[in-house]
Amino acid sequence: MLQQSILTEHVTLNMGPQHPSTHGVLRLELTLEGEVVVDCRPVIGYLHRGVEKIGEARTYPQFLPYTDRLDYLSSASNNAAYVLAVEKLMGLEVPERAKYLRVIALELNRIASHLVFLATFGNDLAATTAFLYAIRERELIMDLFEMWVGARLTQSTFKLGGVSDDVPEGFVQQARDFCRLLPGRVDEYDRLLTGNRIFEARTRGVGLLPPEVALDYACSGPTLRGSGVAFDLRRAAPYEMYDRLDFDVVTHSSCDCLGRYLVRMQEMRQSVRILQQCLDQLPEGEVRAKVGRVVKPPAGEAYGRVESPRGEFGCYVVSDGGTSPRRVRLRAPSFFHLAVLPQMLRGWKVGDVVAILGSIDIVLGEVDR
Amino acid sequence: MSGGAQDKVLQFLITHGLPAWIASAVWMLLMAIAVIIFVLLTVLILVWLERKISADLQSRVGPNRTGGRFGLMQTMADALKLLMKEDTIPHCADRVVFILAPFLVFVPALLVFLVVPFTDQWLVKYLRDLNLGVLFVIAVSALPVIGLLMAGWGSNNKYAMLGAMRAVAQGMSYEIPLVLAMVCVVVAAGSLKVGDIVGAQLGGHWFITRFPLQLAFVIYLIAGMAEVNRVPFDLPEAESELVAGYFTEYSGMRFALFFLAEFAHLFFVAAFATTLFFGAWEGPVLPPAVWFLIKTYAIIILIMWIRWTVPRLRIDQVMSFAWKLLVPASLLAVALTGIAVVYGKL
Repeated sequence: MLQQSILTEHVTLNMGPQHPSTHGVLRLELTLEGEVVVDCRPVIGYLHRGVEKIGEARTYPQFLPYTDRLDYLSSASNNAAYVLAVEKLMGLEVPERAKYLRVIALELNRIASHLVFLATFGNDLAATTAFLYAIRERELIMDLFEMWVGARLTQSTFKLGGVSDDVPEGFVQQARDFCRLLPGRVDEYDRLLTGNRIFEARTRGVGLLPPEVALDYACSGPTLRGSGVAFDLRRAAPYEMYDRLDFDVVTHSSCDCLGRYLVRMQEMRQSVRILQQCLDQLPEGEVRAKVGRVVKPPAGEAYGRVESPRGEFGCYVVSDGGTSPRRVRLRAPSFFHLAVLPQMLRGWKVGDVVAILGSIDIVLGEVDR
Repeated sequence: MSGGAQDKVLQFLITHGLPAWIASAVWMLLMAIAVIIFVLLTVLILVWLERKISADLQSRVGPNRTGGRFGLMQTMADALKLLMKEDTIPHCADRVVFILAPFLVFVPALLVFLVVPFTDQWLVKYLRDLNLGVLFVIAVSALPVIGLLMAGWGSNNKYAMLGAMRAVAQGMSYEIPLVLAMVCVVVAAGSLKVGDIVGAQLGGHWFITRFPLQLAFVIYLIAGMAEVNRVPFDLPEAESELVAGYFTEYSGMRFALFFLAEFAHLFFVAAFATTLFFGAWEGPVLPPAVWFLIKTYAIIILIMWIRWTVPRLRIDQVMSFAWKLLVPASLLAVALTGIAVVYGKL
């Protein structure tokens, strides 16, 4: 009776684009009933820079640094997708040492990106200490890249035909030290967060993403593997020399925030495994194939796809035989994960919004392009 | 502030034509102001302490420039900065409510210190040991909730409103176990007077050492943390969800008042825990006031340690924890204490 006589209204809450935990300039139009999310509409575009169009006005090598700024937490995988597509067009064969160095760059980036995920996810759940612990280890990776190519965030390690520089003396040793250090630190995060009752209460069973829905929405990466689908491009469509490396594709069948979190934690350990193999097997030789000053791939089209820390990052390049691409099209995994977000949010509370949003680990740089 | 000073001041006032009762009222007012100043200074120290402790836990350095190597003056600088900030009131805010709210939160946070026994003679000599000391605490510390709701409503901001709703729900829910935990002590001591409660613990018979009261202490600490909005119960101001909760729209000194109130409240929760469970100022060798502060700071550091280690709960989890676990547990504690008192085991 009382229920009927009181008129309640839904509240529209604009979460973002300036908000502590929207991971960049994302705006979520939430429709709330008290604390419960009735509906959600992600509004994107605040970071749109027209990167795809820029690609048409730059030469092939010139466009490469732009890709660094897409998924800025893992610049190497953006580089890789673009470079793979262009190399496919040109029919370029990359020296063996360069392939190993590329994988090292990719996996270091993957660890760095997952560390940022851990940091921000912890921060979203008010575990600020986890934030600083993860950032502390990420700093070591940044130092490695600074040592290698001079840049820390937008590294442009990749170049057409190889990598920009050979690794300096001492790099391999320092990278080995890091590989020895990290598993212990991941144990530390586990002790701090994973076993914590409050953390489990906040993540277990929250933000369910059934595998069918995940596949329908073209999810990929840890978001998909957290729903129990073992799809990893490093295994499904190996590039560089992933087919020669020994690693496990981590999945978790719980489909919730905890599952996606655990997948990323395990992937850090797997990345360390890959890194150790690469560092042990690193052959001597050239790091860059001969590429002329003017890059003119023959007319045609090619698609490069890599397993970025967030999922399948793809780059589709159309060439008309000129010095710049006719069309560059980028497939950003975060974009698809944002599309499925409203489904995951419905019925959960405001506090869960940040947890669920954090668990799909989006980067607006690649969503808005 | 010895007894001599008190006599001199009273003498001075009386010879200048004031009746004796007004003179003693003036004296008590002076003492109350002294307590308030002391609390505010303590808050500055607490903020610094929190920064240093969190820095240690997070393998950072923390403040290390302002005021020497340990950044001792950092909070002073922050307070000055806040004082000089522009004081903005949102265009659509309910001005009266918006302006009044910080004071309604701030004043009760200081008032409760009037019954804290910092030393053995403090309350008796300089203030007054209220007959209903514990009841006074319970009554006054329930007041800030109104201020929080006013802040949330007056701001005309959805985040602030959500934060205020959470603050009220949480504050009311945790008040019950908090009060029941205090009731355990009252039952054990047989008095609501703070002096009697401390007196019952003298000679090392602190309440924390007697059986059902450990349970009461744990409940008091948890509920106290919820009352002062510390992680894992910081939902009313959950930064990652609600930006800053009920004080989202506040700036400058108005914001600082909320901040001061929160830390003063934290200090009070620890100080009152010391009073209720740890024999207040009792301890060997060192002066009573020092012992009181040592115990209080130990509890504060424990609370900060927890705050920087665990994540935040969700609002429904916070509420069900209060109603399904803490309230029954505190009722059990009261019953156990009653049985222990009746059968003379306490």
